[in-house]
Amino acid sequence: MVRCMAHQIVDAFATPTEITEPVKSPAPEKSSRTVLTEILAPMRWTDCYQCGKCTAGCPVAAAVDMAPNQVVRALQLGNFEKAMASDAIWACVSCQTCSTRCPQSVDCAGIMDALREVSLERGLASPAQKTVVAFQQAFLNNIRRNGRLDEIQLIAEFKLRALPSERSLRFLFKDAGLAPQLQIRQKLHLRGEKVKDRALVRRIFERCADGKNA
Amino acid sequence: MRLAYYPGCALHGSSNDYEQSLRACLGKLEVEPQEIQEWICCGATAAHALNHKLSIALPARNLALAEQQGFEDLLAPCPMCSMQLLKAAKLMDEDAGLRREISSVIEAEASGRVKVLNLIQVFQRVGLDRIKPVVKKPLADLKPACYYGCLLTRPPDVVKFDDPEQPSSMEAIMAVLGAKPVDWNYRTECCGAGMTMAKEETVLELSQRILADAQQHGANCLVTACPMCHVNLDMKQGDIERHSGERFGLPVYYLTDLVGLALGISAEELGIDRHFVKKV
Repeated sequence: MVRCMAHQIVDAFATPTEITEPVKSPAPEKSSRTVLTEILAPMRWTDCYQCGKCTAGCPVAAAVDMAPNQVVRALQLGNFEKAMASDAIWACVSCQTCSTRCPQSVDCAGIMDALREVSLERGLASPAQKTVVAFQQAFLNNIRRNGRLDEIQLIAEFKLRALPSERSLRFLFKDAGLAPQLQIRQKLHLRGEKVKDRALVRRIFERCADGKNA
Repeated sequence: MRLAYYPGCALHGSSNDYEQSLRACLGKLEVEPQEIQEWICCGATAAHALNHKLSIALPARNLALAEQQGFEDLLAPCPMCSMQLLKAAKLMDEDAGLRREISSVIEAEASGRVKVLNLIQVFQRVGLDRIKPVVKKPLADLKPACYYGCLLTRPPDVVKFDDPEQPSSMEAIMAVLGAKPVDWNYRTECCGAGMTMAKEETVLELSQRILADAQQHGANCLVTACPMCHVNLDMKQGDIERHSGERFGLPVYYLTDLVGLALGISAEELGIDRHFVKKV
């Protein structure tokens, strides 16, 4: 099993060209502000009147640097960079409560997605959130490679990507104890499924990349 | 009922007990979901957080495959998958230009013909009045907290299912099975979803509140239709107890587990013995 897992890890990193770092376009024609304004257009952020209902229902608002209404306010005040560099956008669990409850139909959860996408593309993501970013990137890499999620590969790539910021062996091996538990329950798959036409999956990713995170 | 089945990665990964339960339960109701060939991941949170176009393209490819394979209805038991599929379908319905663009990205066309169903909708399609007479073992001792989580009912303009604040469709099924669902507050609160690995603290805290509220309202178990909720509330329950110092011991069932038990299927056949928290 150890050999098999080692093989999986090597396999996950065998083709370095597939591993995507945040893409920083060499000379972006559009500023991040312009790009964001375009993406945010249908999300009605200018309509927010700061009632705070989004924040009242947000499960993580109490634990983040900017509550959802403050993120929207920062945009209204033109402080796009502050919103993009916030920890809040990466702590967001995408539960959609904010967008569901907004009396002004502001798509706050959609705003969080847009901020994440552009902040990562432009290298503005909060360094404190590297672990979450590493997870999401490892997830997408995995799908690009296999078409479907390979859980063990995902964990291996995530741990190795996040290790430089977490810097602890505890982090590296924290979930290893779960393996035997999952094994007895027949929930551990040493080899994940792959789709047959993986070249097609790669083409889909390339067409969506467009200088972006994919 | 001819029904396409989009398992999604979780049901073919560590949540394969959900697939076991679903097949056993739906089989008893003569529903045989047929897996879509060559389905790919919906992209989940990673895609919608990092690349908007990809978050439409990946689900759209699956809708197109279901259509090519001659299906009209598609069951996506994972609420994350079903929401992503519905969102892609909605965005393309609203924007013909986007449909053309996505079609060329995915080398296929999703015309919008395929209807995406969540698990509860499949039971509704079978008909609760048809399930009631075939209940062999009423779940009279069970007081479940019906836990919908985030994405079964949200965003409402995408999923168009039940009431996003006070849903009742799972309670209606429980009543048919003879169980006594409790009235509680956290049925649509988030458990921390896909943050299980990336931000474990979030999951431990959010899921603790859900288990505590269920317990305070007299539940003796939880029932969910979401594989991620199940992981966070069942597999992580021990960690949650160690983190908060509280003791819950609340078994967490998939919706198909409870329907299956009431229909007379054994716990082993449904894969309930593979859960982490055992029935006391």
